[in-house]
Amino acid sequence: MGQKVALTGNEAAAFAMRQIDPDVVAAYPITPQTEIVQHFSSFVHDGRVRTEFVTVESEHSAMSACIGSAAAGARTMTATCSQGLALMWEMLYIASAFRLPLVMPVVNRALSGPINIHCDHSDAMGARDSGWIQLYSESAQEVYDNLIQAVRIAEHAQVHLPVMVCQDGFVTSHGLENLEIEPDEAVRAFVGEYRPEYHLLDPERPITMGPLALQNAYFEARRQLAAAMHEAKPVILAVAREFEALTGRSYGFFEAYRMADAELVAVALNSTAGTLKEAVDELRRQGTRAGLLKPRVFRPFPWEEMADALTRPGIRAVAVLDRADTNSTLGGPLFNDVRAALFDAGRRPPVKNYIYGLGGRDVSFAELVSVFGDLRATARDGGTDTPVTYLGVQPRRSGELAAAGTRRR
Amino acid sequence: MKRKLNGPADRPGTAGPAVVGWQEMPRGCVILNPGNALEYQTGDWRSFRPVWDENLCIHCLRCWIFCPDDSIVVRDGTMVGIDYDHCKGCGICARECPPKVGAIEMQKESGA
Repeated sequence: MGQKVALTGNEAAAFAMRQIDPDVVAAYPITPQTEIVQHFSSFVHDGRVRTEFVTVESEHSAMSACIGSAAAGARTMTATCSQGLALMWEMLYIASAFRLPLVMPVVNRALSGPINIHCDHSDAMGARDSGWIQLYSESAQEVYDNLIQAVRIAEHAQVHLPVMVCQDGFVTSHGLENLEIEPDEAVRAFVGEYRPEYHLLDPERPITMGPLALQNAYFEARRQLAAAMHEAKPVILAVAREFEALTGRSYGFFEAYRMADAELVAVALNSTAGTLKEAVDELRRQGTRAGLLKPRVFRPFPWEEMADALTRPGIRAVAVLDRADTNSTLGGPLFNDVRAALFDAGRRPPVKNYIYGLGGRDVSFAELVSVFGDLRATARDGGTDTPVTYLGVQPRRSGELAAAGTRRR
Repeated sequence: MKRKLNGPADRPGTAGPAVVGWQEMPRGCVILNPGNALEYQTGDWRSFRPVWDENLCIHCLRCWIFCPDDSIVVRDGTMVGIDYDHCKGCGICARECPPKVGAIEMQKESGA
């Protein structure tokens, strides 16, 4: 059984990486992920892992080195966020196309510009279609648990896809939390040894990776990758069951919080789900049947399960909260996927989108409660003519500032 | 004569129907059989062809050393000819052949 410790989200990620003890880590520091690399390099220096730690000059090189390492048959990890993930972009697609089981913590931070170091999900959402599995984590505990499970999911013979494990920059990465950790031996036994079916350093079985695949092969390779995403779904659940047997902590595609009889439902990723649980509890005390659905797995998108959960007859309205925008004029990426998932349902509730917290803008308890107030009106009036709301953005402060200036004088 | 473009299915790695179904393709488009570059005949890329004169050749094998496509055929230490299925016609062999020997001459391909 686990032991209680206090760790930040970044420390929890580095701690899990130490226990996983990958063969190779090639990484480059970037705020707010820096501490993961820093703590892990201490473990390397102190001889607490056997990992070959490769310092590189950029994230593009970090991902390139990881691809080379994984292609050579080594269990390989890295970590990044924001601009670093953006710089990795072309290599992300190559990692998944080569079907390399890399595991990478991503500490969600806004993409420039304007330049900003705080939390939103625009970085990971930019990698949404890259063929990487994406797991999202509400807390340091989930960061730790998801990372350990990610190794097993990534390396599963039916999957063989890279996995990113996301957490909110600063909110989770730098917030100290109590969590339960497992003994080193238990984690090592759980992740097991990585034995790839084939790799580049096998002299008995020479292979070619990354061949040119033109009109007569590229499409088949991409179709196969799409199939691997389908295969990942049952594997994610099977690994979660095994993890629960070990730790007692239960995981699925999403967490359904007070959903059994919920009428008004919010959907949100990562740390905001924690604040939403408080909001749901408060609304329940006031007699509103509020609920929360927190996706853990965003890629592959568990659309069938989500449609089942959100079209239960009692549900009257749904709010999807997005910490990123698609700039399509039709809201955020989570909203679009959730809404599309419900399209074929015979009976479906109205779904509204709230874009919030861009660039680390705090989202308050009161604002989240107000979302449920909106949903109540939506449920009453049926449908909505403004599907997308920007929550907590300031339209105009000129009058207020002028007034404050007058007072000062 | 118009140069024939790659025909369907006779050139792995080029246009034409799928070489393998997605359910049978090795994971990640990996190629599992080594040495398969032989199957890819690059000879039809050529616009100039090296023509070798056996009577002038001194078998110094400079062409064999420099050929980037392993298209100089050597048997028992002796140059015996050119593999036109793979020679791309780069002309390096003709350039490296010692000037006083001049056993390789580049000639325009008839279809080029």
